[in-house]
Amino acid sequence: MIYREAGQFKTTYGSDQAIFPILQDRIFVGLVLVAAALVPLVADEYWLQAILIPFLIYALAALGLNLLTGYAGQLSLGTGGFMAVGAYSAFKLTTAFPALNILVVFLLSGLIAAGVGLVFGVPSLRIKGFYLAVATLAAQFFLIWLFNKVAWFVNYAPSGTITAPPRTVLGVMVTGPQSSAGVRYFVALGFVVVFALVAKNLVRGRIGRSWMAIRDRDIAAEIIGVRPLQTKLLAFGVSSFYCGIAGAELVFLYLGSAETLAFDIGLSFLVLFMVIIGGLGSVLGSFLGAAFIMLVPIFLTNAPHTLGLNLPVALQKQMELMVFGGLIIFFLIVEPQGLARLWQITKEKLRLWPFPH
Amino acid sequence: MTEALLAVLRPFADIVSGPAFFVEVLIGGIAAGLMYSLVALGFVLIYKASGVFNFAQGVMVLFAALTLVGLMERGVPVPLALALTMLVMILLAFAIERVVLRPLVNQPYIILFMATIGLNFFLEGFGEMAWGANVKKLDVGIPDRSFMVKGVQINQLEMFAALTAAVLVTILAVFFQRTRIGRALRAVADDHEAALSIGIPLKTIWVVVWSVAGLVAIVAGVMWGAKSGVQFSLSLIALKALPVLILGGFESVPGAIVGGLIIGVGEKIGEVYWGPLVGGAIENWFAYVLALAFLLVRPQGLFGEKIIERV
Repeated sequence: MIYREAGQFKTTYGSDQAIFPILQDRIFVGLVLVAAALVPLVADEYWLQAILIPFLIYALAALGLNLLTGYAGQLSLGTGGFMAVGAYSAFKLTTAFPALNILVVFLLSGLIAAGVGLVFGVPSLRIKGFYLAVATLAAQFFLIWLFNKVAWFVNYAPSGTITAPPRTVLGVMVTGPQSSAGVRYFVALGFVVVFALVAKNLVRGRIGRSWMAIRDRDIAAEIIGVRPLQTKLLAFGVSSFYCGIAGAELVFLYLGSAETLAFDIGLSFLVLFMVIIGGLGSVLGSFLGAAFIMLVPIFLTNAPHTLGLNLPVALQKQMELMVFGGLIIFFLIVEPQGLARLWQITKEKLRLWPFPH
Repeated sequence: MTEALLAVLRPFADIVSGPAFFVEVLIGGIAAGLMYSLVALGFVLIYKASGVFNFAQGVMVLFAALTLVGLMERGVPVPLALALTMLVMILLAFAIERVVLRPLVNQPYIILFMATIGLNFFLEGFGEMAWGANVKKLDVGIPDRSFMVKGVQINQLEMFAALTAAVLVTILAVFFQRTRIGRALRAVADDHEAALSIGIPLKTIWVVVWSVAGLVAIVAGVMWGAKSGVQFSLSLIALKALPVLILGGFESVPGAIVGGLIIGVGEKIGEVYWGPLVGGAIENWFAYVLALAFLLVRPQGLFGEKIIERV
């Protein structure tokens, strides 16, 4: 009853090809955006810093991996490495050219990550499935090792860490210790909204369709004229671009300073979890998955306190691991297609409600 | 330019001028490789029979070792502790089949892969909760001394590990080729549906194969535990076994052994002779790059089944 497209006639090609063709969807997206813009007014520093900013950054990374794994079907475990490329190149760029706008620096470091992604995407032409997944681990370990070993990447800092220097955009402090969480939130929000729109458009156009053709059956796709070389490499490039920006944001907007440990294989798995729990091949799913994986550990950490239990720290950490692992298995069993599928089911139910027959 | 070239070529001269040291490095590499093979075997067994890439194999090794050490610390004699650990691993196989695999039949491979990562987290927390997280020493009476043969240093523990690996592979080969269950396992590996249609019980097969993988995990756990102590980092050897897997081929038992040897030897030689050139600590990625180079020539690994693509 609420969610029904009856009576919405498309009279122009433009409205037929709109990203959100149904009025209710447009209203919903508009409401979410307004809510996202109003959040800094109500949320306190802790919420912005510890939950919302990392959520937006991880959502961007998950979006990137989803384009590669969910749409183009290339399983990658090198996300952490590509994010590290973004972070370290952003650091090198902004320390070498301090006058350069930091937002431009983010975009440039995304491009550098895309270049590295292209290089490590080359084996995907020959290697498939799990062989490829393990091969992408080579990227992960090699890149982290490189950033650890070559002191040039950290400007010869003896601690081996990269620190976000203070940078302003239009007179507003965006990065560095003095920048306010609200500003950083808006920067992260801006990036993720723009690139989610780009992704949404990419996947419904020719490029996205060729990715899906490759994913579903690459030989058949090749026969009908999709070029595997360009298509796969483009997927690796675009995905790494997203991950690179997310990596740069992770250091500049969230952590403030980081070493290679922040980009280890655990990060790769975390982002992969977000994509799978959220839904493979769904832009919305990347956001839902990121929110879920962000919120569960926070919930698990706080749950015993709320219940009045006082557990030893070690025991609680082990319990968290167990519950986290158990939840992942549970979710995969209940809905292997992810949270995005649950949302779709809800929409279909709403369409019929309150007359299900 | 010539200097750089010389620096790259110098190790070859070192190899020729110091053959005893080279043999020592070689033996160290073979021993390390066999240790990787022990872990890789567990992956291969499960992948062969169920098509599941079991990421939790590394944690299963840790879990087995933790259980064994935990029992021995409580004063259980070694043979009984081993038997009890085997029982635990078999029970674990039953539980995994019932809780994780059965509800996920016919799901895409990536979902099953993710489920084993979930299992990985769960077992990690569970093992540490049950047996404690501190580093433990595992001593089941394997001698760990070094002796010299013609100027080459040889470690007894490494020899013992090599011997165990050889015995284990022989047993597995006989099990797969000569027994009724082994034949059923190969049938399931070949074609799930065809195996089902001629009356092979898939569930039993899965329990059997996860149990066998659990037993292999015990062997690997004992060897690695004796070498470097039982602690959390033991589960990370799974990451060392992955390049072995892709090099040897996911579904080949001999592949796991040969792959392990190539990786072990290649890694040791690379680390000892060429490592200092690039600042060392290359063991994290060298194996992967080595395996990748092989894969570009043979995408299915050395002994993997030929990938036939149809539309």
